Amino acid sequence: MPHRLLRFGLSKKYNEPRMFRSPEQLKKSYDVVIIGAGGHGLATAYYLARDHGITNVAVLERAYIGGGGTGRNTAIVRANYLTPEGVAFYDESVRLFQDLSADFDLNLFYSQRGHFTLAHSDASLRTMRWRAEVNKHLGVDSELVDTAFIKEKCPHIDLSCGGHAPVMGALFHPPGAIARHDAVAWGYGRGADQRGVEIHQQTEVTGILVEGDKVTGVQTNRGTVETSKVVCAVAGYTPPLLEMVGIKTPLVIQPLQACVSEPLKPWLDTIIVSASLHLYVSQSSRGELVTGASLDPYPIHSTRSTLDFVEGLSGHLLDLFPFLGDVKIMRQWAGLSDVTPDFSPIMGLSPVEGFYLDAGWGTWGFKATPVCGKTMSYTVAENKPHPLIEPFRLSRFKEFELVGEKGAASVGH
Amino acid sequence: MKIMTCPVNGPRPLQEFVYGGDLTEMPCPDQATDEQWAAYVFERDGAPGLHKEWWYHAPSGVWFIAERDTGTDEICRTYLYND
Repeated sequence: MPHRLLRFGLSKKYNEPRMFRSPEQLKKSYDVVIIGAGGHGLATAYYLARDHGITNVAVLERAYIGGGGTGRNTAIVRANYLTPEGVAFYDESVRLFQDLSADFDLNLFYSQRGHFTLAHSDASLRTMRWRAEVNKHLGVDSELVDTAFIKEKCPHIDLSCGGHAPVMGALFHPPGAIARHDAVAWGYGRGADQRGVEIHQQTEVTGILVEGDKVTGVQTNRGTVETSKVVCAVAGYTPPLLEMVGIKTPLVIQPLQACVSEPLKPWLDTIIVSASLHLYVSQSSRGELVTGASLDPYPIHSTRSTLDFVEGLSGHLLDLFPFLGDVKIMRQWAGLSDVTPDFSPIMGLSPVEGFYLDAGWGTWGFKATPVCGKTMSYTVAENKPHPLIEPFRLSRFKEFELVGEKGAASVGH
Repeated sequence: MKIMTCPVNGPRPLQEFVYGGDLTEMPCPDQATDEQWAAYVFERDGAPGLHKEWWYHAPSGVWFIAERDTGTDEICRTYLYND
């Protein structure tokens, strides 16, 4: 061990600058209280302070920064969705992601890889063509490619897929990327903190004060604060919070599991996704294969992992990459997905004045982090929904105007 | 292995069962307003707690009700709809 490191480790005084402060006490009142210090909450705080000059903001977090969906996803960023509403929204997010490292002065390991969604049947080939056409129409780089192209970009793949579901083609999305998800939360957190936002970890919201139809404050395990604006950005933990203000939604909570393999030498450049096999895989900058599957088959509010999942996922991974037979799974985990019936988020105003929703993030939350911050901060500052999120309003269910997003991960075709 | 008790076939591995959504009360289609109908179709009780759910035993084709805690994943009771 280098001498300097040893001395640093043993010294009582740590000179390394902290990413953000830990304020000891909550103030009496804030202009905006954001519940949930994940990527979305911190991004909202960041843009509120940077673009709208609102800095008297508290971000309350029950556990620790980025410990929910932000730290549990498979870190894929893409915009090749199916609905025009979805494509426009996620495309803006991809654009924001590309400048984010420079914005934060923090390396997010943003790595553009190219993203393949494999089709194993005529039906899914048709959906891929549909997605490609919608994407191209909206200016998103995306096209249908044949098997020779896939083989050229990813020589290790077994296109016969073990013989039972041969790959017939794919949707190819060159801007598809991966990023270091924790760093996204830290970057937004640090940027918000530097602009005066307070981040309070270990602060659980126990009640939301409403008078008439208006939000007036938030009760926490560390005291009560006054505020007229509350943003709910807690993804898988949304329903209990909404019970506090009496808002009903279609959200159902289902775990989404993922795992990483032991590190391997770099061999997989691209991101490979198969909706039919319920599999997505990419290789991180540390060499681990990061893989995920579909949602667990029934609702549970628990981040437990199952052997069923690893068995199923490994089987499908071997169908595409048989040479991975001896590779070991290093760890697995689960996150809570708040799923909507149309696979689109629920964002914007709510029936309670001053209570803003950023929910319904199912399996598509991480890639939307920057655009959520942008649009939610606008929505909170102006008290009207940003045009990009207008289609995702809660009232769309009552109005039977759903946004059927079948380009979402874990939706079979 | 997680075991669920089918009211007809007895204790079986969970892999044999399919989740069918919460048991909800359908309003009368002729009399319900659009708002009531939308609530019936879309609104769900997503918070953790004891839920009454539809489950299906695939090998034998039996639909039944399970009372399950979605916080702890404990299955408290299973019975046929008419019981």
